[in-house]
Amino acid sequence: MLGRFRVRHVLIAAALAAVSLPAASASAQEAGHVKVSRGTVQIERSGQKLPAPVGTVVQAGDVVTTGADGSVGITFLDNSLLSAGPNSVLAIDRFVFDPTTHQGTFESSLQKGTLAVVSGKLAKASPDAVKVKTPAAVLGVRGTEFLVRTGPPKD
Amino acid sequence: MGKLAGLALLGLLLAAGCAKPARDDLYVLMPGPTGQASGVVTVDSAGKQAVLDQPYAAARVKEPGRVEPGTVTEQEVKQSFGDALAAQPMRPASFVIYFQENRDDLTAESRPVLGRVVDAIARYPAPEIVVIGHTDRVGTIQRNDALSLRRAERMKEELVKAGIAAERIRVEGRGEREPLVPTPDEVPEPRNRRVEINVR
Repeated sequence: MLGRFRVRHVLIAAALAAVSLPAASASAQEAGHVKVSRGTVQIERSGQKLPAPVGTVVQAGDVVTTGADGSVGITFLDNSLLSAGPNSVLAIDRFVFDPTTHQGTFESSLQKGTLAVVSGKLAKASPDAVKVKTPAAVLGVRGTEFLVRTGPPKD
Repeated sequence: MGKLAGLALLGLLLAAGCAKPARDDLYVLMPGPTGQASGVVTVDSAGKQAVLDQPYAAARVKEPGRVEPGTVTEQEVKQSFGDALAAQPMRPASFVIYFQENRDDLTAESRPVLGRVVDAIARYPAPEIVVIGHTDRVGTIQRNDALSLRRAERMKEELVKAGIAAERIRVEGRGEREPLVPTPDEVPEPRNRRVEINVR
């Protein structure tokens, strides 16, 4: 009886570990660092809103928001530079970068606001690696600097 | 009945005339540091595409599937994107320091460069520094792997001595695998005895 009980516990523990492990490693993935932070800048991570001063780590899955007085600049591990103006919502959907081969994926979405991008090593290594989405469009990027504004017209 | 229908129609027309477009999206390709097009951006909105491949080439999207190509002026860029552009992080920079043959000592000529590297690092907010050591192809692969790492560690010591926080510096050794100047094996090449310092 005791033996069976133990086996069952081990099985449950193993199942729990299998479920929780990928989530834990995905959320711990470092993608970049905040280098410029002015006014209200926050990062939404697993349902929490954290302040994002200079030096804050940005992870895949984070949503970076700026207030009416805010702007933020982030340098990513592949040397991509993303900066957002006031009233912006920028989601870092996926970031995977191999520093040796420069292969990987970088997908972000600007849900509203303004964004300036200087692409890095990922965009240089492969043409389909970097994508920026808005509610109305998908941008494909080949080694470049560009700007994105999205949202309803201003009054 | 007829009057009512007429009024309703008028109301609809008025609403349509005054209606703002659903969106005011703007996508712009910027010139690179040399003033030429910095690359290519493809804008795809519900299957309709625009290709931006000239400096200040732009696409406007008023509703999904309606892509209007055009251009913008520098003034318009400043007005719409001034704050975002002002928040752009400093561009990453890269420096090379040369080392004496088969040693982890800097060459005399590289000493002054080190001072400039330290000054540059000081300008970066929350700097991340990656130091990568290299060797020429004289000696075995294993020995050169160890030597390249020693050179990188030595460079880290120098940077820390100059006041840069050790935890901001990562070191790597690539041995003779990534020569700046390709040579046959066992050929001495001073330009390959180096450490790269990348700052961002």
